Order: sequence, then structure tokens, then C-alpha cells
Amino acid sequence: MDVIFGNLDLWGEAIGNTLLVFLIGGLIALVLGIIVGAMRVSPVPIARGVGTAYVNIVRNTPLTLVFFFFVFGYPQLGLPDLSNTVLGILAIGIYTATYVAEVLRAGINTVPVGQAEAARAIGLPFGQVMTLVVLPQAFRSVVPPMMSVFIALLKNTTVAAGFSIAELAALRATINDAPGRPGNPMEVLLWVAIVFVVLVLAMSAVQRHLENKWRIAR
Amino acid sequence: MTSVLYDVPGPRAIARNRILAVVTILVVLGAIGFVVYRMYATGQFEPQKWYIFTFTNVWMGIFGALGKTLGAFALAAVLSLILGFVLAIGRLSDHAWVRIPVGVIIELFRAVPVLVFMMLLYYGLPVIGIDMDPYWAVVIGLMVYNGSVLAEALRAGIESLPKGQKEAGYAIGLRKSGVMRLILLPQAVRAMLPVIVAQLVVTLKDTALGFIITYPELLYYAKLLSSQQGRPILQSAFVIGGIYIVMCLILAGIAKWVEVRTRRSPKLKGYTPDAGGDPRIHGESTVTEVIAMQRGAGKFDPGSGVPPTNI
Repeated sequence: MDVIFGNLDLWGEAIGNTLLVFLIGGLIALVLGIIVGAMRVSPVPIARGVGTAYVNIVRNTPLTLVFFFFVFGYPQLGLPDLSNTVLGILAIGIYTATYVAEVLRAGINTVPVGQAEAARAIGLPFGQVMTLVVLPQAFRSVVPPMMSVFIALLKNTTVAAGFSIAELAALRATINDAPGRPGNPMEVLLWVAIVFVVLVLAMSAVQRHLENKWRIAR
Repeated sequence: MTSVLYDVPGPRAIARNRILAVVTILVVLGAIGFVVYRMYATGQFEPQKWYIFTFTNVWMGIFGALGKTLGAFALAAVLSLILGFVLAIGRLSDHAWVRIPVGVIIELFRAVPVLVFMMLLYYGLPVIGIDMDPYWAVVIGLMVYNGSVLAEALRAGIESLPKGQKEAGYAIGLRKSGVMRLILLPQAVRAMLPVIVAQLVVTLKDTALGFIITYPELLYYAKLLSSQQGRPILQSAFVIGGIYIVMCLILAGIAKWVEVRTRRSPKLKGYTPDAGGDPRIHGESTVTEVIAMQRGAGKFDPGSGVPPTNI
């Protein structure tokens, strides 16, 4: 227990940073993912091509390498200085956006063609076809896999530890390097693992709840 | 590709789509152009920055690191497949004392981030006197995580099979192990093959986490190169990134190919879990029960006495 109460300040900072990367990164991923997802189902072939290229390239790059580009590569371009945390948030947001886009696309594709056809047949215009028939169904089938994407995002925040961002997975190094701090690497990492298990299990419980609540009867 | 979202465009829609296409091109070219301009302005294209890639030694080093990456990937892939099968079978066991602990283990292993698990092995174990090579920390970390993900995939595959498959197995006198080994697993593996290959792509990508615990794989080598004379940071990231993307695209291509093939295979028709289902499954009842019901429908219909029309 010393490892927690002797280092409360460090734990607070680490958990705060992890949540910061998670929340802001998630927000970027959501906004960018919706744009890319819309491009991938749009009637404009060039937009589809750009969306596909983005998803294929970024999704097949290891997250660690995306971080490498942002944290080590960005300062090479002589642009305004950004802190490692900001660059890391950008990296994880841009990486996760590809998964968000794919989930959205898959969700829209689960709506049977007949639904939109029926809506058009009774004379609804495009706006109503989308808002009354297609999107509500797509949204329901999208929420559970979207939660999985965010669970993965939460776990992926640990990669930031390799790029001097003081979040949970970096706590071992922080405590190790500070002289006189209680706790050995094993204890610190076990507690970090427990924190993640609790957070992830809580998120999966929410996911299961939503899945049951919004299951579509077809 | 049919889309539910839009009609075949008419003249106005075509004009609007053209405008959108031009805007897309301008935005993308603008973004790429800006990055290229910044790279040019900061001298990233100067020969001295790329000079390092003219040495045979450097390329030998890259191939060596590639070998390390692939070595960790191959062993982790095989081990995680084995672990996946073991955990899936344990999870489906009839004995609660096997099923429940295995379920807990799967949930735990899936919830701990891979990197934290690797760090526990590499930095944590020495505390209790076990020194672990980074190679084994990477391999075991990947095995444990991907094994439990694969276990869930296999379980989903087995549970998506029609109940009649298992019943038919027991009916011809197979034992539990025989039903699992000869009837259920082969079909589940086939149905889940795309998921399994996709998980292998994840495994390959996650070998790059080894960089953080000093396993000398590709990305670690990129970091090494970027500290050489001239500091070609972006350049090594581009070269190594290209290698990763090509490897992952090949694997992802295999996954896609497998998926298309299994979808076409007549042996698998109806077993795909999300394709709208097996026409032979009617609600909760098994095929045998349905046939019995259909047989009985005309003669012994206890209902209205009106012969059922088209069901």
C-alpha cells in the first residue's frame, strides 16, 4: 500500500494524464472518424478513395510508429513547439479515427437495403430517409462496437509511456527515477494493471448493458 | 457496391458531387503539400539526410531487425493460437470448476494492456529474482493477450453453429471430445478464419511495442538509425513505416481473400454468424424439431383446423 499512499501525487498526475489522453484523443478520433466514415460511404468516388487510403495506411501502421512520427518526427518540421502530451494525443486520435470510421461504415451497412427502399417508396425525401429510418438503426448497431474501440483506445494510451508522457504505464519509470520513493517495479505495475482491469471491466459492463438495451429486433 | 444511402445521382447530384470531389482533392493536396513544403523548408530532402540508407550495413541491420520482428511475431502467433484453443475449450467446458476460472482468466488477460503485461514481465519479474529476456517478454505478452482474444473468437464460432450439429454428433455415437474435435472445431475455425487472420495482423503490429521494452526489433532499429549522423528521424520512420505497412497489408490481404473464399464456399453456407442466419434455424428449435413440426402441421394441427398456407 505504501506504493500508493507514498506516491499519491504521482498517481494523481498519471491517472489524470491517462484520462486526458483518453478523453481528448477519443474526441479527436470521434470527430475525424465521423468525417472519414462519411467519406467512405459518400457518393463521391474520390472522397471514398481518400478515405480508404487513409484507413488502410494508418490502420496497418503500428501505433508505436504513429507515436514515433508525431513525437520524434514533428519537431523536425520546424513548426510551433508542442508538448509531447499534445503530440501523443494527436497520434492516438488520428490512429483511432480509422477504427471509428470502420465501425460507422459497418453500422450503416448493417441496415438492410429494403429499409431505405421502403422509406423511399412511401415518399420520404432523403433527409427523412436518413434521420427517421437509416441512422437510428445504424446508431443502435454501432454503439457496442464503438465501445470496444474506446476500450482499445484506453488500453492504447499506455503506448505513450514509451514517449516520455507521464501516464500510468510510465509510472514505474517515474517512481524508479525519483530517489527515496517507496515501491518496486513489480508493485507499481501490478497496481497499474489493476487500475486498467477495473476501468476496462466497467466499460465492458456499460457496453453489455447498451447492447441489451438497444438490440434491434429484425 | 449497393448503398442504402443514396440513389443513382441525377444531373444536379452529379454536378454537386463534382464540386465535392474538387474540394476533397484541394483539401488533401493542401495537407500533403503543406507537410512536403515544411519538409523541404527544413531540409528533409537533402541527400545527407538519406545518405545513411546507401550503406549495405544499414540495410543488413534493417533486415536483421526485420528478422527479430518476424521471429517474435511467428512464435507469438503459434503460441497464441494454441493458447486460444485451450482457453476456448476450457471456457466451453461442462464443468463449472473449469469454465469459471478460465472465463476469469480470459477477461483479465483481455483487460490488461499488452504493454503493461510486457513491462510486468520485463521490469517486474526481476524483483522476485526472475530475469527475463525482452524477446520472451514480448512473445509471452503477445501470446497471453492474443490467445485470450482468439479464445473468445473461437467460442463465438462454436456457439454460432446450429445445435443440430452437436446433436447429430452425439446421435452417431461420438463422445464429447469427438464431437468437439471432429464436428464443431473444424467448422468454427473455418467460420472464424477471417477473424483469426485479422487478429494476427494485430499481433504483428503489436510486436512494435517491444521497442518500448528495448527489444531490438524494427522500430528500435529506426530509433537507433535516427540518432546517427545527420539525425535522419523522419527518413528512418518513413522507411521502417513502409516495411510495416507492406507486411500488414499482405496479412490483411490474406484475411480479405480468406473471407471472400469462405463466403463463397458451399460447405459454409448458412454458418456465417451475421449473414442473416441459417435458413434451417427457426428460432430456438433445432432442424430436427422443425422437420417434425412441419410434418405434423397438416395432419395433427391442433389449432384452427385450417391447413397452414405458406409458412
